[in-house]
Amino acid sequence: MTCAHAARTAAGAGLFSCHSCSLLVRRPSMTGRVTVRCPRCGARLHLRKPNSITRSWALLIAALIFYIPANLFPVTITSYLGSIQADTIMSGVIFFMQTGSWGIALIIFVASIVVPIAKLIVLGGLLISVQRRSRWRPAERTRLYRITELVGRWSMLDVFVVTVLVALVRLGYLTTIQAGVGVVYFAAVVVITMIAAMTFDPRLIWDVLEKNDESNAH
Amino acid sequence: MTQTLIACHGCDLLHRVRPLPEKSKARCSRCGTLLYVHSPETVNRTLALAITGLVFLVIANLFPFLSLESQGTVLETTLITGTIILSQQSMAGPAILVLLTSMLIPGLLLGALVYVLWAIKRGYRLPAGRRLFRLALTLRPWSMTEVFLLGILVSVVKLAKMAAIIPGTALFAFLALVFVLAAINAFMDPRAIWEKMDKWS
Repeated sequence: MTCAHAARTAAGAGLFSCHSCSLLVRRPSMTGRVTVRCPRCGARLHLRKPNSITRSWALLIAALIFYIPANLFPVTITSYLGSIQADTIMSGVIFFMQTGSWGIALIIFVASIVVPIAKLIVLGGLLISVQRRSRWRPAERTRLYRITELVGRWSMLDVFVVTVLVALVRLGYLTTIQAGVGVVYFAAVVVITMIAAMTFDPRLIWDVLEKNDESNAH
Repeated sequence: MTQTLIACHGCDLLHRVRPLPEKSKARCSRCGTLLYVHSPETVNRTLALAITGLVFLVIANLFPFLSLESQGTVLETTLITGTIILSQQSMAGPAILVLLTSMLIPGLLLGALVYVLWAIKRGYRLPAGRRLFRLALTLRPWSMTEVFLLGILVSVVKLAKMAAIIPGTALFAFLALVFVLAAINAFMDPRAIWEKMDKWS
């Protein structure tokens, strides 16, 4: 604790802050690639999440690639008396608009279209800002990150809608609904962007502001 | 291992841990990220909620979930039906994802909490307690019962013009489970629980 008074951050004081249980652990003096585990909960300890920028970029690009088939391929295939109608995420939104369910249309539009795109843009922007060692509004950027991390799960909405639809509207009745391949890509986008957000380390936003050199912190 | 300092997960700034008034939160002075909460009786309350949640989860799996009435016939589904149908339509990925996020992860989360908190309350030192509590904390964002509930609402609106949808007992149990999980997120004080486990060794 004695050396902690001088430094403002845990990394600056040579302390690991456990991601899982928040325990502060003195960083061992030995160097090299030794895995240090939290004595309390057993989680791996790092000053910063390992390779945060590279991993987040990789996941972000993967999500971006999956986002295209997720929107082009149908998520539901409805057959009614021999006629077949394939619906993508966007045509589902339009269906609700045409039938007057504006509230539901808005919910799906936000959860399935706005949130994933906003997440890709925000995370990409945060990564670029960290790489350019930006000092611009760190508190607001951290807050943006926090919101991104919180809202991501709501994009799973469409996957659940398809699940309930296929369960309720099945063979043997006049109408059947089948899941389309778009659901697979869309589910992948949601999961990958959630992991990308978890992989990003918001503390990197602040490292550039520390006066004392913390180049060893990365 | 009770520590007087805590580092912000958002910006790594060190803060001195001060006693908080009941039901209040401490946020980072620099970036606003939540540092710690003070939730009174956190072990008892979270344990009670977790047991309640498990009961609702069991009920949600035993009883009919949603039924669809069309042209005089009734099709009854349970919570797991969607997963089964998806896997039959060679949608194994989404099927597994739905099963995990709406059922297995909430169940594992609640089970781990009951195990750990029961041990703390009774003063037992059970194996893997810390590992299970860490697992429960890691799993929290992947428990998506509330998103599933909204998905049900959307589907019901979509089908309302085509057929009558009848809610079953399991749907109400699932609704209750959503509230229980939200209450756990609000009342659980992980810091206090970790400190109680520190006394084990």
